[in-house]
Amino acid sequence: MVQRPPRVALHITCVNDTLYPRTGRAVVTLLERLGVRVDFPMAQTCCGQPFLNSGYRRRAEPLVRRHAAAFRGYDHVVTPSGSCAAMVREQHPRVAARSGDDGLTAAVAEVASRTYELTEYLVDVLGVTDVGAHYPHTVTYHPTCHGLRTLGLGDRPRRLLEHVKGLELRELPGAEECCGFGGTFAVKNPAVSAAMGRDKARAVTATGARALCAVDNSCLMHIGGVLTRQGSPVRPVHLAEILAATEGDAR
Amino acid sequence: MSGPVPLGMPAFPDAAAVSTRDARLRATLRHATRTIRAKRGAAVAELDDWRQLRAAAAAVKDRTLRHLDHHLVRLEERVTAAGGTVHWAADADEANRIVTALVRETGEREVLKVKSMTTQETGLNAALAEAGVRAYETDLAELIVQLGDDLPSHLLVPAIHRGRSEIRGIFRDRMADWGRPAPAGLTDRPADLAEAARLHLREKFLRARVAVSGANFMVAETGTLVVVESEGNGRMCLTLPETLISVVGIEKVVPTWRDLEVYLQLLPRSSTAERMNPYTSMWTGTTDGDGPRAFHLVLLDNGRTDTLADAVGRQVLRCIRCSACLNVCPVYERAGGHAYGSPYPGPIGAVLTPQLRGTASALEESLPFASSLCGACYEVCPVAIDIPEVLLHLRERVAEGGEATVRGVRAVVRPARRHALERGLMAAAGLTLQHPGALRSGQRLAARLRRLRPRRLPGPGRAWTDSRDLPEVPEESFRDWWARTRGGASS
Repeated sequence: MVQRPPRVALHITCVNDTLYPRTGRAVVTLLERLGVRVDFPMAQTCCGQPFLNSGYRRRAEPLVRRHAAAFRGYDHVVTPSGSCAAMVREQHPRVAARSGDDGLTAAVAEVASRTYELTEYLVDVLGVTDVGAHYPHTVTYHPTCHGLRTLGLGDRPRRLLEHVKGLELRELPGAEECCGFGGTFAVKNPAVSAAMGRDKARAVTATGARALCAVDNSCLMHIGGVLTRQGSPVRPVHLAEILAATEGDAR
Repeated sequence: MSGPVPLGMPAFPDAAAVSTRDARLRATLRHATRTIRAKRGAAVAELDDWRQLRAAAAAVKDRTLRHLDHHLVRLEERVTAAGGTVHWAADADEANRIVTALVRETGEREVLKVKSMTTQETGLNAALAEAGVRAYETDLAELIVQLGDDLPSHLLVPAIHRGRSEIRGIFRDRMADWGRPAPAGLTDRPADLAEAARLHLREKFLRARVAVSGANFMVAETGTLVVVESEGNGRMCLTLPETLISVVGIEKVVPTWRDLEVYLQLLPRSSTAERMNPYTSMWTGTTDGDGPRAFHLVLLDNGRTDTLADAVGRQVLRCIRCSACLNVCPVYERAGGHAYGSPYPGPIGAVLTPQLRGTASALEESLPFASSLCGACYEVCPVAIDIPEVLLHLRERVAEGGEATVRGVRAVVRPARRHALERGLMAAAGLTLQHPGALRSGQRLAARLRRLRPRRLPGPGRAWTDSRDLPEVPEESFRDWWARTRGGASS
């Protein structure tokens, strides 16, 4: 019997789509290199997290509905964001339950159970930790909160990084502490958010690494914004971009 | 919840904007919370069954809260049968009136206090002072706060915001106003400070005839109250005076001693990182010739029944006031406890205060937003309160409005007026995101304007650019790249 290859969809996230397309291109490059054919459903927009986390559950609901419809029928949905994966898996079912719409609840459960953050997809589904990447730089890794605590990514990102040729991983002190982004928290409580961001950026710079890596560009946007404001030479890089890099790349 | 709310208390972001600039406070809190955080982690790691204990603790509290009326009536019967008197207080004012009247009946003009969050919540000391009764705090940190005319900033260590030399100054300058003065030449060595407090308090322990306490737990099956503490001041207050008055929130009841066992394992490790706290006092009514001759239990509601009516919010009533969530919270560490404008600071305060007091004022309305939703609080909570879930629930109440129970009556909560502009922006953004074409137009507009990357934004945008650079906008969004390179391969 010939097995049908799985249908895999990329959930790019609105932040990556708009501000970090290179991360999306890196995911496509990486997955195709590993033999996965990736689809990009154009109907996707935003998972609704900024709305829900700001208290606008009713505004999030139609986006939850749109998301479930856009990714219906795929075997796997892969997203380069711990935070958005956590939103889909943890919060979409709650939003659907509150809507009282059984159809939505079923649709959401279907997509939620097939949604993977990128490192989960690589390690758990594809079963690879060596993705054939080459990145000859010093790197420090910040485990972002929703990946760390909601998804329980554990050492998956680290195992992937450890197999990247040329990469030297530097320990980040206080790594598991929040960077202070927190979505709208960053502008609703700017003083505390910035204080947390400065502490994180100082710890990052002190590692002496050239790059700061994470699985969420939203957190990297915040830490990176503080780093450049502090004049730090460290540059933020999404994990997908490191894993997509190969020997031939001019970097 | 009635009780004292400092007038004109600023919203959390404004208060935190001031406290985060206080370098000394930041350093003190950073050191204190990190020390206890590490110790707690080690103490918890010693137990193989921590997860099961945590699940049991949540389940026992949930089951008890479902039949709270039954357990409270049983408790009342047992306390009464053991020689105590039970009083029911619907709110802070009623609790304060009951306690004041009981103290007056004794003819005394002073009372000893055992550290109690509940009487902080009701503002008992101020109510007693108005009635001409002086209340003496006997917990070391509460003493520092009281002598310094200060407010507590932490559940367990109310003076966590004070350093040693400040404490020495407070003792030197203020002890004489409250009783025995500080010894001459007092240093800021911890042992000397503790000895000064000991001498100051000793004469009060030996003199006072009335004490007021809270309780960590009340065991319904025998009518037994439990106080856990470290310093021994509680033991003094609970045994030496003739009259003992305990003010306790109704959610502190557990049905049986078997249930209590679970919490006595979780609480010390979570709060002080100890396997067992030094003093655990338990008493059942009164006993002839041993301890107080009169015992009064004041059961306080003050918003708890209303909180119990909320399906999502009621889990906060499991709280055993261990303060593990404060010690691990990066927001608390930077903002400090006073910014929360309540005796209940930190993550638990952000979900407890708006439920007990309502979300009508600028302060309470801001508390559910005083979190980056990092989830560290939920991870350490020994009774598994999903604080991020409750925060989102309360944010919704503020932003979109909803229903809440106020004094037993279902009430409609209107969306907060201060969020009107945000509501408009959210509506517009929500509409745009319903149309991928509109999103695409927005992305293209942003790409065309990408060279105008201002270092500082005006107006509300300053909240970002005051401390962070803006990200660069790419020439082409991902969806445009996909459409261009894989054109129409997908729907």
